[in-house]
Amino acid sequence: MVEIPAGSADAVPAAEVEDMDLYHPKSWWTKYVFSQDAKIIAVQYSVTAIAIGLVALVLSWLMRLQLAFPGTFAFIDADHYYQFITMHGMIMVVYLLTALFLGGFGNYLIPLMVGARDMVFPYANMLSYWIYLIAVLILAAGFFAPGGPTGAGWTLYPPQAVLSGTPGGQDWGILLMLSSLIVFIIGFTMGGLNYVVTVLQGRARGMTLMRMPLTVWGIFTATVMALLAFPALFVACVMMLFDRLLGTSFFMPAIVEMGTQLQHGGGSPILFQHLFWFFGHPEVYIVALPAFGIVSDLISTHARKNIFGYRMMVWAIVIIAALSFVVWAHHMYVSGMNPAFGFFFATTTLIIAVPTAIKVYNWVLTLWRGDIHLTLPMLFALAFIVTFVNGGLTGLFLGNVVVDVPLSDTMFVVAHFHMVMGVAPILVVFGAIYHWYPKVTGRMLNEVLGHIHYWVTFLGAYLIFFPMHYLGLLGVPRRYYEIGETSFVPPSAHTLNIFITVMALVVGAAQVVFLFNLIWSLFRGREAGGNPWRATTLEWQTPQTPPAHGNWGKELPVVYRWAYDYSVPGAPEDFIPQTQPATGGVTREVTA
Amino acid sequence: MTQSVQTHGDPDLRPGGLRGVAADFGSDQRAFKTASWGKAMMWIFLLSDTFVFGCFLLAYMTARMSTPVAWPNPSEVFALHIGGQDVPLILIAIMTFVLISSSGTMAMAVNFGYRRERGKTAALMLATALLGAAFVGMQAFEWTKLISEGVRPWENPWGAAQFGSAFFMITGFHGTHVTIGVIFLLIVARKVWRGDFDTERRGFFTSRKGRYEAVEIMGLYWHFVDLVWVFIFAFFYLW
Repeated sequence: MVEIPAGSADAVPAAEVEDMDLYHPKSWWTKYVFSQDAKIIAVQYSVTAIAIGLVALVLSWLMRLQLAFPGTFAFIDADHYYQFITMHGMIMVVYLLTALFLGGFGNYLIPLMVGARDMVFPYANMLSYWIYLIAVLILAAGFFAPGGPTGAGWTLYPPQAVLSGTPGGQDWGILLMLSSLIVFIIGFTMGGLNYVVTVLQGRARGMTLMRMPLTVWGIFTATVMALLAFPALFVACVMMLFDRLLGTSFFMPAIVEMGTQLQHGGGSPILFQHLFWFFGHPEVYIVALPAFGIVSDLISTHARKNIFGYRMMVWAIVIIAALSFVVWAHHMYVSGMNPAFGFFFATTTLIIAVPTAIKVYNWVLTLWRGDIHLTLPMLFALAFIVTFVNGGLTGLFLGNVVVDVPLSDTMFVVAHFHMVMGVAPILVVFGAIYHWYPKVTGRMLNEVLGHIHYWVTFLGAYLIFFPMHYLGLLGVPRRYYEIGETSFVPPSAHTLNIFITVMALVVGAAQVVFLFNLIWSLFRGREAGGNPWRATTLEWQTPQTPPAHGNWGKELPVVYRWAYDYSVPGAPEDFIPQTQPATGGVTREVTA
Repeated sequence: MTQSVQTHGDPDLRPGGLRGVAADFGSDQRAFKTASWGKAMMWIFLLSDTFVFGCFLLAYMTARMSTPVAWPNPSEVFALHIGGQDVPLILIAIMTFVLISSSGTMAMAVNFGYRRERGKTAALMLATALLGAAFVGMQAFEWTKLISEGVRPWENPWGAAQFGSAFFMITGFHGTHVTIGVIFLLIVARKVWRGDFDTERRGFFTSRKGRYEAVEIMGLYWHFVDLVWVFIFAFFYLW
């Protein structure tokens, strides 16, 4: 750290750029609706994402009802079942998790945590949200379009995605899905550029990259990944749209449908899979890295202890991000690609376990002999670690070609990715909401309701997904509308399916408790004060709670230390805010 | 908004080479010490856009290599019949020349922009826009010619159907980039001409003060579109 000479830890360089020229809203509309304030945009993003996420949650109940009681519900026919699967998957991965972590938490936390007044280009940031909303509306329009939404599965593999046998394939469904994704990517790019430039170029005085909270590191790295991974999905969507609308054959081989030779020929369905997974695998980490970052901060704050191995944590995030771009074909072992590729991709996949394991060890070592407060954010953080390790271990099975081949397209895969990229990040989302809700609203969430929500969700998720591993090992295939009579699936599997469905409904009901808590606490929650968790990071040091437009009052904050000065020996309190100079106290620079 | 390019201390005293990079990334406030927010944002956008074009071109190469039917011969397909004989690639050579020349006028516009010579800057930007529009016009002519010869996204008279698909998609996507560039060139040129950047007049949408740097950021985009064309030219017309 050349800029801060040794021996004068308090010396902070002068401001390099003028203070930001903020747009001051003049009416209710520009203040709360077409707002350029990242905090308002964050809330808009979050509410929209959660709203469309609830639709996906209901879809998962409908699927589970069909699997447990096949034939009981007349309105769930095979076509609907596939439409539910497709929409559930795509909404949860892209429109809920990506939008919530980057658009929601990213918008709220990045400017506050790096000590900026706002995102660097608030106008583009605002557009980002409204374009995202349009994407969501186009997606939801699928439910009302003739033929319904697409039923191609969330991976949208051609050629089936655009054939008439697939729901929405020759109707509106696939068109709306592809257009919605294209619009989403355009909107996301506007926001994503903002997040990246704010972190790189808009930090406060004294805020070096290696003093940033890991939350910012996680969101920042995930955004960079998204900016490089979404282009592949964009291109794949455009090409499939042309295949469907213009009759091109990018992904369409010569094909006979219902006895008719189609006009297509010479295209490569595998090309789509490569493009899709070049986006799809980084997408897993686009969701996971913000969760990694946030959970690090939750653990450190609520165990009152500095994060163990901060530098390693940062580098692990960066290395995971880089590696995740060279593992995509492990989703394609059974696609018929060259087996030598499988060997390469299995190797890179297993190498990712190294930085990931470093992170897990560091979380555990942060907890080690910490002053652990079992607050709700901490409980969710602990649940995340356990769940992520579980999901990660089944990833070792699926990452190896020979083990993956028999498990591929079984319930084992469903159980694996729901544990590792469904349940685990969602647990962090909950933990983060319990943690930052007091800053956003000025009030605490209700603890009793929170504990009900936590225990039902955490234990319930295991009761749902653990049995699914077993079903997968039995060979129960995924994406089947009904299994029917099969020799290799014992009747007990059916009992298990009923059990899973009941648990899914119970866990779903717990989310209603959570939503009620969110609204009830907004009005009746305990007053939080500015820094209820006694945390060090900048967002807890704002002059007002909730922070006003511009975040910081007249003077921008100046940062003197890293984000993890908890329980420093000799300090009067068990935390030292990042804004406190080192004078007289104990200095702990992160410099080597 | 960041106008100044001040860095910590005297720029001459800051370490050079890799040490300088490490020092900049280890410092506070900004990782790229001389880049304003707008410039950094454009660079990162261009990186993302590179991936878009990269995916398009890779998809095209995959299609070309894996299609069972022979690929049409670009030298013949893109020939113009002039003076009683076919001249291969003549139109595309002119188009490429025009677009690359427009990068030259753009670079001059940026230079005059920093000297705050309003008239010359605006004139050169208009020249750039004109060359860009000429490029798009010639592209329209090329499309018309191919369409009249029977090339469609789903078929063509000479071979693999993917030829037409990839051609219209990729040149169309690039042409859209050029068109957007021309529109923004006109907008920025108008602002320069009107003196918005001298009076720090606020933008209609963003209500931010404009600066002459907008010309340079516009230039980054324009050079990128130009550079991408070189790759499309090489992979589509010369292969």
